Amino acid sequence: MSDTIQASSVVVGEWHVRYRYPVGDVGAKFFNGLRERKILATRCSASGLSYLPPRPYCERSFEVCDGWVEAGHEGTIEAATIVTAAFENLPEPPYAIAYVRLDGVSTAMVNFVRGLDLSDVPRAAARLVPGTRVRVEFVADPVGRVTDFHYICG
Amino acid sequence: MKRQGVAVIGTGQTPFRSRRDDKTYPELVQDAAVLAMNDARVVPDEIDAIVFSMAPTTFMGVNECDKWSVDALWAQGKPMLRVHTGGATGGSALQAAWAHVASGEYRTVLVAGADRITETPDAQHVLNLIWDRFYEHDFALNTVTMTALAAQRYMHKYGTTEEQFARVVVRARLHALNNPDAHLKGAIAVADVLASPRVAWPYKLYDICPRSAGAAALVLASEEHARDKRSRPAFITGIGGVSNSVFMGDRMGPYADTDFADQAELVQAARECYAQAGIRDAAREVQTVEIYDPFSSFQFPQLESLGFCARGAAQALSDEGAFEMDGALPVNPSGGTLCTNPIGVTGLVRAIEAARQVMGSAGAMQVPRVRNAVATAIGGSTQFFTVTMLSDEPRGSMQRG
Repeated sequence: MSDTIQASSVVVGEWHVRYRYPVGDVGAKFFNGLRERKILATRCSASGLSYLPPRPYCERSFEVCDGWVEAGHEGTIEAATIVTAAFENLPEPPYAIAYVRLDGVSTAMVNFVRGLDLSDVPRAAARLVPGTRVRVEFVADPVGRVTDFHYICG
Repeated sequence: MKRQGVAVIGTGQTPFRSRRDDKTYPELVQDAAVLAMNDARVVPDEIDAIVFSMAPTTFMGVNECDKWSVDALWAQGKPMLRVHTGGATGGSALQAAWAHVASGEYRTVLVAGADRITETPDAQHVLNLIWDRFYEHDFALNTVTMTALAAQRYMHKYGTTEEQFARVVVRARLHALNNPDAHLKGAIAVADVLASPRVAWPYKLYDICPRSAGAAALVLASEEHARDKRSRPAFITGIGGVSNSVFMGDRMGPYADTDFADQAELVQAARECYAQAGIRDAAREVQTVEIYDPFSSFQFPQLESLGFCARGAAQALSDEGAFEMDGALPVNPSGGTLCTNPIGVTGLVRAIEAARQVMGSAGAMQVPRVRNAVATAIGGSTQFFTVTMLSDEPRGSMQRG
């Protein structure tokens, strides 16, 4: 026993918070589409623009998106990266992610790119440059989540 | 609306380090506020309103810590509001404080804050939580991967090499040797940057800023009051702020208004800022910049969007030494965000360093004869942008009173 008590210089804490996020009507249509292996984008007839992720209003014309279009299952890479470091609570590296503009849609949507050897990063990066064509691959049993599909290189 | 000119009359910041275990969060805020008020030669009773600069509180772990800091800022009985635009927070907080004074409603306003990031080991997890929960959250987006995506796109557009980004890091660490408050500093070589561990293409570890703890504050005053308080105040002659879509994928490809690779929103923010300040040609009229660059890829698109050179031209100018202390445009004499990133006040630090250049009080970082200096801040999904002009005299619309 010591005569003087040394208090700890730090207090340890942890947050544990639970949520339930409503997807909304527009989101519900998109996620129901995924279960049928369809990627559905909203479209505005006033601007001619189609949006992924889908949204109720056209952010260019300020008009309601008045239609839906089915995106192609092929598309073009607009930006990509290959992650080789581990981040807490994120997937085990390595993995590749890319923004891809699917055929028939005006905007690009992010997802993982699978099926690429990532052991040599600069070499793999050269296969993911903007303009590269990729295709969509669905999982065996889509459940209506955005992780139901990913992109495949080549 | 009444309008009056606005100037920075005092600045204060603590040294930035990985940890400041000697202070609680409000004590840290108070340190910077006291330094800024002493520099401005004002006492708390002279402060009419407070703007609190703080981004996500999840890093430091006390939810909405602005309320924790009221006493430390002597804010009782005064209006106080918190501003939060992610990495752009300091730039936006300054804009709010500027508007408080410019409107004529307040004479003297304190803008202050602090941040500490290493309280949690889960920082990039926290940053992943800022993405859309339904469509983007699942794909490992965080500040590193988000900006790596933009850097890859920029490299493809302009043929930039990893070595050219590495040279930005080498210059930043060298500049930071002159900055007693900088977190990272030192003489390193391009080869050191290239040899550091790969994180997310094209980034290696040294391409990425540190997580810094520390505090920053500025005192703003009306032009008339500023001249009473200080012989060389730094006038805020222009300030522009622009927001854009949370969806980065809207900002790529043939249908996009702005290109994600170019940080092209800054063109609009700079146009507004320069018009207010009466700046026609930034490359000729601005002597130094303190720009927001938490990654080595941030300087080139930003300098181009701010009008200092043509698209794709910054990398060659960087190679030639144009952005060094004796170059045509000294960029980030403080070492910038690559060397110091206390997220919630990083935008304030940029403004402090730019203001000190104008006041002639930048010490070993001083660029000779600075009449105009630009500070920027960027936040969210690279979607909030501010551009601020600090000047040695009222210019542009300020002169019309």
